[in-house]
Amino acid sequence: MFGYIVRRIAQGILVLFLISLATFALFHFGPENPAEAMCPAQRCTAARLDAITKNLGLDQPAVTQYSEYMKGIFAGRTIGKGQGAKACPAPCFGYSFKYSVPVYGYLKGKIPATLSIAAGAAVIFLILGVAIGVVAARNRGRPFDRFTVGSTLVVSAIPPYIVFLLSLLIVQQRWKLFPNPQYVSPFHSPWGWVKGMLLAWVVFGVYNATAYARYSRGSMIDSLGEDYVRTARAKGLSERTVSLKHALRSAIAPVLTIFGLDVGGLLAGSFFIEYIFSIQGIGLASLDSIRTGDFPIIQATVLLGTLFIVVINLLTDVAYSVVDPRVRLG
Amino acid sequence: MSDRLYSSASTSTTTTLPEETDEPFLVVDDLTVKFPTHDGLVNAVSDLSYSVRLGDTLGIVGESGSGKSVSSMAVLGLHDMRSTRMSGSIRVNGKEIVGTKNDDMRKIRGNEVSMIFQDPLSALHPFYRIGNQLIEAYRVHHRDASKKQARDRALEMLSRVGIPQPDRRIDDYPHQFSGGMRQRAMIAMSLINDPRLLIADEPTTALDVTVQAQILDLIQELQREFGSAVIMITHDLGVIAEIADETLVMYAGRCVEQGPTKEVLTHPVMPYTWGLLGSIADVTSDTSKPLIPIPGTPPSLLQPPSGCAFHPRCTYKDRVEGNRCTVELPELVPAPVGEHHIKRCHLKDPESIYQDEVKEEVLG
Repeated sequence: MFGYIVRRIAQGILVLFLISLATFALFHFGPENPAEAMCPAQRCTAARLDAITKNLGLDQPAVTQYSEYMKGIFAGRTIGKGQGAKACPAPCFGYSFKYSVPVYGYLKGKIPATLSIAAGAAVIFLILGVAIGVVAARNRGRPFDRFTVGSTLVVSAIPPYIVFLLSLLIVQQRWKLFPNPQYVSPFHSPWGWVKGMLLAWVVFGVYNATAYARYSRGSMIDSLGEDYVRTARAKGLSERTVSLKHALRSAIAPVLTIFGLDVGGLLAGSFFIEYIFSIQGIGLASLDSIRTGDFPIIQATVLLGTLFIVVINLLTDVAYSVVDPRVRLG
Repeated sequence: MSDRLYSSASTSTTTTLPEETDEPFLVVDDLTVKFPTHDGLVNAVSDLSYSVRLGDTLGIVGESGSGKSVSSMAVLGLHDMRSTRMSGSIRVNGKEIVGTKNDDMRKIRGNEVSMIFQDPLSALHPFYRIGNQLIEAYRVHHRDASKKQARDRALEMLSRVGIPQPDRRIDDYPHQFSGGMRQRAMIAMSLINDPRLLIADEPTTALDVTVQAQILDLIQELQREFGSAVIMITHDLGVIAEIADETLVMYAGRCVEQGPTKEVLTHPVMPYTWGLLGSIADVTSDTSKPLIPIPGTPPSLLQPPSGCAFHPRCTYKDRVEGNRCTVELPELVPAPVGEHHIKRCHLKDPESIYQDEVKEEVLG
């Protein structure tokens, strides 16, 4: 187990390294010139463009730029030369082209918002989805099941941004059922945090729960048909124990796998939610950085997303081996 | 249905001990089980009657889909009653099962009546330790037993069924056991509450021959010790010969021949039983002699054949005058030979056909 985890961490580091290389190459050899993006079209002179290029270090060979970048992450570095030189202590992910602030500090302030959205929504869609799925599976073919399957299909068929937009417009703006979405630090004001996140959690949680209801319904139906569930019944256990202890235990394993993938993705940024609800998180920052060609932020958000996915995948595999004793890590 | 429930309630109060009554421990009377499916109504079991006394073993034989398992699952009330149509009567220790509520059935399941399933790898929960599965089985019927008591009982049962070093193996998961050990654990689990009736549903099918013999011996030994009634469901007449006092041959959901095992095996009167006898593989017999399969395939229970369900596969139907076999369902009548031996077949003189034509071929 320990050896396995060490090996997986080493693999994760390799993945991060390759991803950083790929993002770097994509940007460096792509058509975008960040210096041009920072040089307003009307007042841009050749000299000024040159100065910007030099200042960003974009005149250096790609290999030098990359090794500078990597060095910055672990040891910190100085960006630019002479008068405009800026100190960037480790972990240095560079300075934002657009905001001229260290990327690390800029993104660090946005992680809690994304984390809050992801955690709250994940709790809701996992619990709600599995609960609906279990009840539907136990009542397979009856009205509740038919209604649930039908309605979850309808909801899932609507694109998420439409659902989020409509919920913001109608539920929040018109009916005023929810407080205005915003991020408030829970350490600063726990109640403010809940109030600000509530709409995002509920809308996102319920929307995603429809998919989880279907996964867990299917998984639960399979597991209710297993021989060992019949054995549990033959032992004289109550129907409740049979479903919740025996059938659900094995039905939850495949759901857990999808859950891990989803949460990893969510931590990289809940793009639609952050954009539509104007919550300053990682997702919004990365959308913004792509639009403005702010390479240091793109690079950092990609790395951050990769890190989250690598870590969550490892956690999922460990959790899987806890749920299913037949799974041996190694 | 309601007055049946009522009358069974009154009988069960008067017969607290099964020994005091003449009625066998298990009485199945005119049992019919149907499952509605998308394709139509499946007639899984039709008009089945049998009984088993404490200490006796009934063998039920038949091909896959003949209704063996369906009928015995009905004894435990394991069918989903929202979708199963069941009629007739099943009395366990005088108590009526058909129509009983699930909550009342639970007191019988795993306690008075328990079941050993076919494939112990899939019948044991892969995520729970063997010991915990046994403990759970014990505690559900012994609510006041402590964890320690239940664990001691589980250990006792595991050692009783011949698991080596039970104190070390009790915390293993099923996948850490061999096939034979898993079946032993399954038997330990089904016997943990001293059931009076044990239903073994093809308990040896998933095991190799040596282990098969050990498991059968074990079941017989435990039966002698506890004096329980046993129903052995199998498609293997070899198993029947070894273990059953009485044998019931099922085909397409119906009993087609029933009698004392010795009678059925030495004087079989139904062509289907002849077919089963011909298809036994025996290690002691001449291996160059081919097995004789029964031609054709088991019938669909959605639309059972008219008349005798076996007629499309029966090579003796010409011996019956007219086309009775194809149009008229034979009644269950006493066989011309033997006592308590009944058959569902139109053949007039099956005994002489068997002795003169079939026996040679079947027994080689």
